[in-house]
Amino acid sequence: MKLYEYMAKEVFQQYRIPVPRGRVAAEPHEAEEIARELGVPVVVKVQVLAGGRGKAGGVKFADNPREAKHVADELLKMEIHGYRVRRVLVEEKVDIDQEIYLGITIDPGDRCPILIASSHGGVSIEEVPDKHIVRERIPMQWGLYPYQVRAIAERMGLDGGLGRDFGNIAIALYRLFREKDAELTEINPLVVSGDQVLAADARLNVDDDSLFRHDLPDTEKLSEIEERVAEIGLSYVQLEGDVAVLANGAGATMATMDILQQYDSAAMNFLDVGGGAGVESMTEALRILADTGPRVLLVNIFGGITRCDDVAEAILRVQREGVLRDPLVVRLIGTNEEQGIDLLEEEGITAFRNLEDAARVAAGTPASGGAEED
Amino acid sequence: MAILIDDKTKLLVQGATGHQGSFHTRLMSDYGTRIAAGVTPGRKGEEVNGVPIYNTVEEATQCHGPNAAILFIPAPFVKDAAFEAISAGLKLLVIITEHVPLHDAMEIMAYAEEKDVRVVGPNTFGIITPGKCKVGFMPGQIFEPGPVGLVSRSGTLSYEIAHNLCQEGHGITTSVGIGGDRVVGMNFVDILKEFEHDDETEAVALVGEIGGTAEEEAAEFIKTMDTPVVAYLAGKSAPVGKRMGHAGAIVERGRGNYASKKEALEEGGAAVAALPWEVPVLVGEHL
Repeated sequence: MKLYEYMAKEVFQQYRIPVPRGRVAAEPHEAEEIARELGVPVVVKVQVLAGGRGKAGGVKFADNPREAKHVADELLKMEIHGYRVRRVLVEEKVDIDQEIYLGITIDPGDRCPILIASSHGGVSIEEVPDKHIVRERIPMQWGLYPYQVRAIAERMGLDGGLGRDFGNIAIALYRLFREKDAELTEINPLVVSGDQVLAADARLNVDDDSLFRHDLPDTEKLSEIEERVAEIGLSYVQLEGDVAVLANGAGATMATMDILQQYDSAAMNFLDVGGGAGVESMTEALRILADTGPRVLLVNIFGGITRCDDVAEAILRVQREGVLRDPLVVRLIGTNEEQGIDLLEEEGITAFRNLEDAARVAAGTPASGGAEED
Repeated sequence: MAILIDDKTKLLVQGATGHQGSFHTRLMSDYGTRIAAGVTPGRKGEEVNGVPIYNTVEEATQCHGPNAAILFIPAPFVKDAAFEAISAGLKLLVIITEHVPLHDAMEIMAYAEEKDVRVVGPNTFGIITPGKCKVGFMPGQIFEPGPVGLVSRSGTLSYEIAHNLCQEGHGITTSVGIGGDRVVGMNFVDILKEFEHDDETEAVALVGEIGGTAEEEAAEFIKTMDTPVVAYLAGKSAPVGKRMGHAGAIVERGRGNYASKKEALEEGGAAVAALPWEVPVLVGEHL
């Protein structure tokens, strides 16, 4: 789960990571009040969960409270990369001597946290040449030691008080990373302003699978379909095509999408019913897909834990409800495939065993007879 | 031969009395897997399908000497169960559970490495050496014995490829699901090493997907292998920035995409199939 910048900064403050003074506002007049309290020129930043907001015009400066109100009014009407702006963060404007990048994430290759730092901050870390990036793997057993951050500061050319401040922030950030079950936490830029080091931006993405042990506000805004799918414990991604796909397993669902593309067709969605989905959740998943009005509905099930007769039962239920107006293409194989196919055939639905045949029919590319490609 | 598991495997089931645990203990036993014992705290003295249950891994291990453990444990408790198994001296852990917190997975892997323990998973369908032993929940009947090693990040897609291979008469030495999470124990390279040293494995089918860099790392290792590798990759049509079910399956900022993985694998000397049913054709060229 991604936290908004203002929420991430609240967490940062709990860990004594210095951030600019400021507060979040949902209305232009609130932005004006905050600017008046601060009594200095301010920066007003949209709070969205998409990157690249600066380039999209989501960050503006204001010299006085009235201007802050005006700027906030403009920003609160914006939409950035499909996200409607609901809040802005109003903060004191900080003079920048240097911008540093500091992030901690998970290195899947080494199965441990990795600290990444660069003296060339302020831009996306992907754009920084490798020679300006410092990487430090952190063993889970031992954590991050002060000597490690001293060495990193040294390599980045931060000496004296700045090096010490940077080190303290890095240690605090690692503690936060571990205690909050972060997937990623990032300060970009970490700003050197006179003799101060401040987190001008803050990013904190918490591992979804750890949310049961954290008390965090819900920030994800789901679409109506995503909401319905989430209610039955599944995941849904909207795509561009016109073939609704219901398959089991993330890899198999992606492969089904790819095969459609290979036949010059395209999937309308990614909907993985996962392993062991019961009749109820599959029925609801089919209803949801039928409601989206696809050209064709393709069901591709390779039964393992999932049973083909359960899938057939779900299809028949939805058909009896009369919501299934679209042409339906079914491929069933694996656990209880005979029972599943028989159930469907009794109701006049033909199921394929072969994925290639089913995909071709769904894509509207019938087989040209025989094994022409072999 | 085969890799990781065979007819000498004596399996301990952690969470054997649960809904999934008891069901799959029976199925694994029916398949021919030797189940030594089960563990559920507080359920000592019970039996599941003839398998004795103990309170602790330590006691079960002392009484029955298992050499591998499978975990059917709810996600919040996986870390504790894995540490218990590692501490008791088990050398192979198969963690079936999905949604294990990433930080827990990292701690498990750090401890496992320290104790020289091999971990498969989390979020895996398990391992099967057809005709001999299955440690997981895959449908055993799809898998026939033969000369092809199969390694995958994804369950159902693995069945699809196994089915295609076996239909064409190319059976399987061992099939391993390394798990769909971002932090897993044995990765593609670890499994490829095992297959490379296995006398029975004449070719390897690697089933990858978008996200992460595990396939790219595999490609580097494939350069050094004598055993031929055929790959299939899922997620060619997936859009950037959308997570496709698996925790790892997301293309971020141009990294971990289909094109880069395909190129790396081909450069490493692996043939990459465009469609699942092309895998047996390409594998057949090496047998």
